[in-house]
Amino acid sequence: MEKKENGASVHVRRVIAYIVLILLSFLCLVWFYILFVNATRSHQELTRGFRAYPSTHAFENWFNLMHSSQPVVTGLVNSLVIAALSAFLCTYFSTMTAYAIHAYRFKLRKFAYTFILAVMMIPTQVTALGFIQLMTKMHLMDSFIPLVIPSIAAPATFFYMKQYMDSVLSISLVEAARIDGSGEFHTFNSIVLPLMKPAVAVQAIFTFVASWNNYFTPALILHDDNKKTLPILIAQLRGADFLKFDMGQVYMMIAFSIFPVIIVYLVLSRNIVGGVTLGGVKE
Amino acid sequence: MKKTSKVVEYNKWGYIFLIPFTVVYAIFQLIPLISTIYNSFFENFRSGLKQIGPNFIGFANYAKILSDGDLWKYMGNTMIMWIIGFVPQILVSLLLAAWFTDPSLRLKCQQFFKTVIYLPNLIMASAFAMLFFTLFADSGPVNSILIQMGILEKPFSFMSSVTATRCLVGLMNFLMWFGNTTILLMAGMMGIDQSLFEAAEVDGATAGQIFRKVTLPLLRPILVYVMITSLIGGLQMFDVPQILTNGSGDPARSTLTMIMWLNKHLYSKNFGMGGALSVLLFLVTGVLSIAVFKMTGTNTDK
Repeated sequence: MEKKENGASVHVRRVIAYIVLILLSFLCLVWFYILFVNATRSHQELTRGFRAYPSTHAFENWFNLMHSSQPVVTGLVNSLVIAALSAFLCTYFSTMTAYAIHAYRFKLRKFAYTFILAVMMIPTQVTALGFIQLMTKMHLMDSFIPLVIPSIAAPATFFYMKQYMDSVLSISLVEAARIDGSGEFHTFNSIVLPLMKPAVAVQAIFTFVASWNNYFTPALILHDDNKKTLPILIAQLRGADFLKFDMGQVYMMIAFSIFPVIIVYLVLSRNIVGGVTLGGVKE
Repeated sequence: MKKTSKVVEYNKWGYIFLIPFTVVYAIFQLIPLISTIYNSFFENFRSGLKQIGPNFIGFANYAKILSDGDLWKYMGNTMIMWIIGFVPQILVSLLLAAWFTDPSLRLKCQQFFKTVIYLPNLIMASAFAMLFFTLFADSGPVNSILIQMGILEKPFSFMSSVTATRCLVGLMNFLMWFGNTTILLMAGMMGIDQSLFEAAEVDGATAGQIFRKVTLPLLRPILVYVMITSLIGGLQMFDVPQILTNGSGDPARSTLTMIMWLNKHLYSKNFGMGGALSVLLFLVTGVLSIAVFKMTGTNTDK
């Protein structure tokens, strides 16, 4: 185990690794700790400067936020619905698209694959102009459809699924299912999808996060206050002359957008990170 | 004979499974892309209450946008802030992924560290930017802490310094993405055949040598993926600077990115210039992506 001929010994490298990891962890967490502490302070306490321990005004700030003009609870629900639907549609149909290219030899296969790889580079923003015009014509402004349905065609997720499929799915497995009389659609749902679970888990998280974080497109589509998602409400808070606001309430609103995700993440983290680790390509 | 026809019959399912992608892509991406390009050849904007156009003007929008200094300024802003975030991101991620997957290190609390470094990625970018704006405000906690520690005498105005604002954007991008990149690279490293590492170790290679000569080359496909997605993400940079500066890109428009500029055109309904800018962004993304593909020698044959 020990390799002392040249280079640092395992022991030294381990110590360095721990120091770097602890510093990075601090850098990741310190912001959220300050947010937590400040969300528990009153406006007067906040103006007096920073203290590193929590105060007692959390409930008061929460009460003020719930009774403010910002529809934060509706925003949270809207964000959740859009992100969950996007994650589901994106992973299911991207796996299906990858399976079409992976398992079948048809005339346009090479073309379809090259085409999808080529359009992977096109950011959604560069088509936003035409997108808004089309959605206006289709009367889909202020609807969730333009934010959910397009995730069915996600070239980057397709690319990840295809690469993963190349390493885990052998055609002989599909052929065996055919001999057993399994229909193609049934084979996809009951054999291919379960095999792809680790990749689906990883991509479902990434898609959920991308949709949850998305501010650009929803801000262009959603104008009705009851349809707005959390990022739009946060942007409105920034746009308001917020120094006149109760700062305790401002921190509470940021905490409201951030902490539910952190809690859910801490519960699921074993599956999230573990799912990725499981996703290691097996021979 | 019978077998061949069966295979052909199966293969038509390739088309069937491609239908959802094709239909959705055509409606929500392809038609908008074509109409965006179409718009770029027209003069079409509002001047006060008056609607000008749409009048066909050929490449005049492009000529205007390219001769105007703004485009280059905003492209520079975008790339500078991307690089400030990406360079530490890829280096730290490679290092962490190598450490996490190195069996001889046997790091404890791996689960904890992975959980923590991935955490900022889940944070809504706009909320994170809003948080940084309040934390780094003149009367905010960061200034308060620095003064209490005796590092500063009076508050430093982060939001009026070009370097500080750009670095804040870079720092946020780094924090949000290095955990994600680490996990992707780890998945790639775990996919490498362990016997290769063992063989290298038997041959007396150091950890550094194994990393450079075995891990890195075998990791190339996943590195390509990370680089392409980050590059595209970088060009799309919007939420963080938009919220941090309330869409102004201040100080002195030094943090105004290409997409923030496009967003301004979309809101003011300047569809001609917005279209031309979109097409240029489309071309820049394309050229950069092809360059990355070529540079790293990926083939799309398989």
